[in-house]
Amino acid sequence: MLVEKIMKKNVYTLPPTATIREALQLINNKRIRHIPIIDETKQVIGIVSDRDVRDASPSILDEHAKQNVLNKPIKTIMSYPVVTIHPLDFVEDIAKIFYDEAFGCLPVVSEGELVGIVTEKDMLYTLIQLTGTHMQSSHIEIKVPHEPGKLAEIFSIFGRRKINIVSILIYPHQKEDDYKILVIRAQTIHPQPVVDDLKIAGYEIIWPQPLLGAE
Amino acid sequence: MNCKCSFVYSDKLLDYQFYPEHPFNQIRVQLTKELLEAMHVLEESHIILPRYATDKELALFHDPTYIDAVKRASEQELSPPQKVDFGLETEDTPVFLGMHEAASLIVGGTLEAVDSVLEKKSEHALNLSGGLHHGFKRKASGFCVYNDAAVAIKHIQRNYGLKTLYIDTDAHHGDGVQWAFYDDPNVCTLSIHETGRHLFPGTGYVNERGIKSGYGYSFNIPLDAFTQDDSYLEIYESAFREVVEFFKPDVIVTQNGADSHFYDPLTHLCASMKIYEEIPRLAHELAHEYCDGRWIALGGGGYDIWRVVPRAWAQIWKIMHDDEPFRGRLPDSWIEKWQHKASHPLPTHWHDPESLMPSIPRKNEITEKNKQMLHHALAFINKYKKKGLSHE
Repeated sequence: MLVEKIMKKNVYTLPPTATIREALQLINNKRIRHIPIIDETKQVIGIVSDRDVRDASPSILDEHAKQNVLNKPIKTIMSYPVVTIHPLDFVEDIAKIFYDEAFGCLPVVSEGELVGIVTEKDMLYTLIQLTGTHMQSSHIEIKVPHEPGKLAEIFSIFGRRKINIVSILIYPHQKEDDYKILVIRAQTIHPQPVVDDLKIAGYEIIWPQPLLGAE
Repeated sequence: MNCKCSFVYSDKLLDYQFYPEHPFNQIRVQLTKELLEAMHVLEESHIILPRYATDKELALFHDPTYIDAVKRASEQELSPPQKVDFGLETEDTPVFLGMHEAASLIVGGTLEAVDSVLEKKSEHALNLSGGLHHGFKRKASGFCVYNDAAVAIKHIQRNYGLKTLYIDTDAHHGDGVQWAFYDDPNVCTLSIHETGRHLFPGTGYVNERGIKSGYGYSFNIPLDAFTQDDSYLEIYESAFREVVEFFKPDVIVTQNGADSHFYDPLTHLCASMKIYEEIPRLAHELAHEYCDGRWIALGGGGYDIWRVVPRAWAQIWKIMHDDEPFRGRLPDSWIEKWQHKASHPLPTHWHDPESLMPSIPRKNEITEKNKQMLHHALAFINKYKKKGLSHE
């Protein structure tokens, strides 16, 4: 999946000369957490977060605080340089940037201009979609030999039962290197017939296991 | 004291059958009716006949293009790609001849039950063929074509202007009804079900609370697999009492899926017959306390059709009728009539003997986890209580 598929294209931005007060208003009114700071050519020259802005604002407990601090230009508190991504980057790769750098958002830049933004929340939503847990489905977990042709065989068993597959995840078996765990979310309320077919075909079913946990 | 109750029945309700070996089998309704007759608590005068819901009534919830597709499918005139689009090309809800009529009759049965109660012809009414809670606006799923509960609640709103509390104790999340009223503060839904981690439909997380003005009117308590009677009933009773006190409904609709039993082949909850006495008992009590008795009970899932469902559903009628569950032996005449057709030896008593109950090693952890879910689900109500505010 590409960044351009998940990015938000309508981005709220400010010029570097905008005041901290304007940034505070934008954050509160639009309920956003990050504002890319762009110059007249739409180049991203900095970024401010809601925390940067609130840290710079005077405390509400301090009556004598200089309110004029809010009139300072935003460029005095913005972070730079900014890590940006490209619309054709893979979502899987940018997930690693979020994890490694602990950023809250990544501006998307193409040909030097800001074209979108991806937030941590967008990233998580994409991962939820990949797991298929947002759609009506049953969860089936199968231990599969790590060999060519096995997936084709398994999917044809689902196909014969006219069961639509919502999502598939594959991960290594923790103890046996030559096996994978295949997690399928299938669009059926009644997975038992296909589970029986899989067992007949010789596959070990990890779930459903009616007596797991029971003696 | 006996209550005046109505029982929706016609042999035509059994026509809702996808194919002979399909796990959703409406013979359950006939088995229950005959069991009640053998116990001499169901008479001709209690029976109300279902009617066919009109297209206009179905369209209170369903999309007209979907109703049209089901009709055409019913006559074998829908193309395979269209069937896929409407969820009708699966082994769960495959097309069968006369599907539209059979599914409309179930909806009409629930509408008759509603009208009987709201026109004060009876205090409570039971349509065991209904409770098809997975039906979506424009899609069949999970054995459900038309969602009788959603249509009936829309009908209650439109024709009587009443606030409905919908309680769903099927082992599967009541998703179709929940999404139908997700933004509506005049319908409150509470679903108690096996966690969707593994089980269909996968939704029903505790944080699904509604949206917009309906926020705070959708409650979900996902229970761990292998949950047993004590934990189940603790959660059910606390949740139902808190939610009814918070919402103060005018009418209660309950969906009584009977698939949380340890015999049920589709789910992994581990309850016994005990919960099927307590579930209607509390609904009955609270309907009288809050709604002047107005209670419509529906069926739902339940896939051990011989050993579990008839006993469980018969208890709903008995409790509606005189608030006392059946005890002791099942009638011999009923066992004799059906034993040769049943896939297992039929039970002889209303209760499950202790010796049959599975022993669950992780029982304490499961109980604790369920309690935590209850706490999260009700956090919203408790927040208002603490502040001494009403929700309005």
